[in-house]
Amino acid sequence: MNPIAAIGSTFLEFLAAVGRLVLFTASAVSHCVRPPFYPRILLRQIIEIGFYSLPVVGLTTLFSGMVLALQSYTGFARFSAEGAVATVVVLSITRELGPVLAGLMVAGRIGASMAAEIGTMRVTEQIDALTTLSTNPYKYLVAPRILAGVISLPFLVLVGDIVGVFGGYIVGVYKLDFNAATYLQRTIEFLEPMDVISGLVKAAVFGFLVALMGCYHGYRSGRGAQGVGAATTNAVVSASILILISNYGITTLFFSQ
Amino acid sequence: MTDLPKIRIRGLCKAFGANQVLRGLDLDIAAGESVVVIGGSGTGKSVLIKCLIGLMEPDAGTIELDGKLITGLPPRQREAVMGRFGLLFQNGALFDSVPVLDNVAFGLVSAKGRPMAEAKRTAMEKLAQVGLGADVAAMYPAELSGGMRKRVALARTIATEPDILLFDEPTTGLDPIMGDVIDQLILKCVRELGGTALTITHDMTSAKRIGDRIAMLYDGRIIWVGPAGTVDASGDEYVDQFVHGRVEGPIAFATRRH
Ligand SMILES: Nc1ncnc2c1ncn2[C@@H]1O[C@H](COP(=O)(O)OP(=O)(O)OP(=O)(O)O)[C@@H](O)[C@H]1O
Ligand SMILES: [Mg+2]
Repeated sequence: MNPIAAIGSTFLEFLAAVGRLVLFTASAVSHCVRPPFYPRILLRQIIEIGFYSLPVVGLTTLFSGMVLALQSYTGFARFSAEGAVATVVVLSITRELGPVLAGLMVAGRIGASMAAEIGTMRVTEQIDALTTLSTNPYKYLVAPRILAGVISLPFLVLVGDIVGVFGGYIVGVYKLDFNAATYLQRTIEFLEPMDVISGLVKAAVFGFLVALMGCYHGYRSGRGAQGVGAATTNAVVSASILILISNYGITTLFFSQ
Repeated sequence: MTDLPKIRIRGLCKAFGANQVLRGLDLDIAAGESVVVIGGSGTGKSVLIKCLIGLMEPDAGTIELDGKLITGLPPRQREAVMGRFGLLFQNGALFDSVPVLDNVAFGLVSAKGRPMAEAKRTAMEKLAQVGLGADVAAMYPAELSGGMRKRVALARTIATEPDILLFDEPTTGLDPIMGDVIDQLILKCVRELGGTALTITHDMTSAKRIGDRIAMLYDGRIIWVGPAGTVDASGDEYVDQFVHGRVEGPIAFATRRH
């Protein structure tokens, strides 16, 4: 096959995919803000994402906070800056690790299940059935999930922030023999509202991305069990990649003076 | 049928890639009439129904409802028209995340705007009409047998009492007695509630019971249509072969040739 034609057709395919995604996103977002709304479905999704992800997010951030304290201590000890451990822990957790870890964990947990659920509905014609019963699937399926993602993730990240800092505290005080009061004081001393806020903004964006990818890939799922499987994988992979890319973008926006 | 047909289909074409499924299909359905479409597996009966209700856009051809063109409408208007149809999917397409009762009540709430409690009462009645009781109403679709699922789907389709009813193999997988019950129910929807029905079936007994007219789909077109009583003596060799389920005939020849 002509290599240039191959490159060209791949490129066109890519453009078409981007176009489809943009259309889907526009449609989904516009349905998020126009009635009718489905508050009960929204609530169920919020519980599913926000509440049931707590253990996963809690465990990840707890151990990240702990390892962060340990690592920065051994690192900083080389130029006797051990005092900065608490500050490093709280800044890393609130700005970066909290939102990114929570986002990635939720991408695995929620993005996958959304894609599988909606994909199965697509394959078994339940989405068509919704349409024939005068229910817009964007409104009924997609909008509540996206809203729930945007609402739940900041909450999850806030909890994750606290748990992560607590993890650092445990290691700092019980293993590295910091004074408890000093450690806490160090934690708060250099923390600015913007550190936490930027993390929560990231969380909202990540929640949007995870739900969007889950719904998009589920909605466009191919035929059969294999199609649903592929949709699930694609949802998790694409959400994770988008999280890391947008993380860089948002960080640049917030902290590049 | 001197006056306007309820549904008029002309030159309907639909292809999936190289697979030309419908090739210029014509069919009229009068108001209050029950038409049965028969035809071999994979001839495009389900595709026809999906083009009718608007889940698939035909490649060519027109569909008129009460004299108004409904193909090629902008999505918003097409959705409004879709609300006048009720479709029983071949595989049921029940919402598996909600119980049976909510499935049946779904359309009453979403399409008719009924309050939940009232919708559930009506749904209960519809379930009773298809021979299912309160015990089944609380179950989830995954817990039902194939035939039960079919009947729940039927109850969901007729619950909203739509103008035009499309049934894709309503009695497949049912025992003969239950099949008869469902046939009577479909007839009731047409005769008493004044609906117009298009039913797909492979079951000739059921076809003759439900249908005012029977149409045979073959090779992407309606090749024969006539009063239900005359289907046994249609004089058309394709219909004859199909009705009597013979291996030898023009249809078998066509399959072998491919
Ligand atoms: N979504 C689709 N994508 C691609 N091809 C399809 C699709 N739906 C149907 N087809 C094709 O259209 C043809 C007709 O399918 P259809 O489901 O209408 O058959 P049918 O007459 O309902 O058969 P059966 O009696 O077995 O249900 C088949 O060859 C099928 O492969
Ligand atoms: Mg079919």
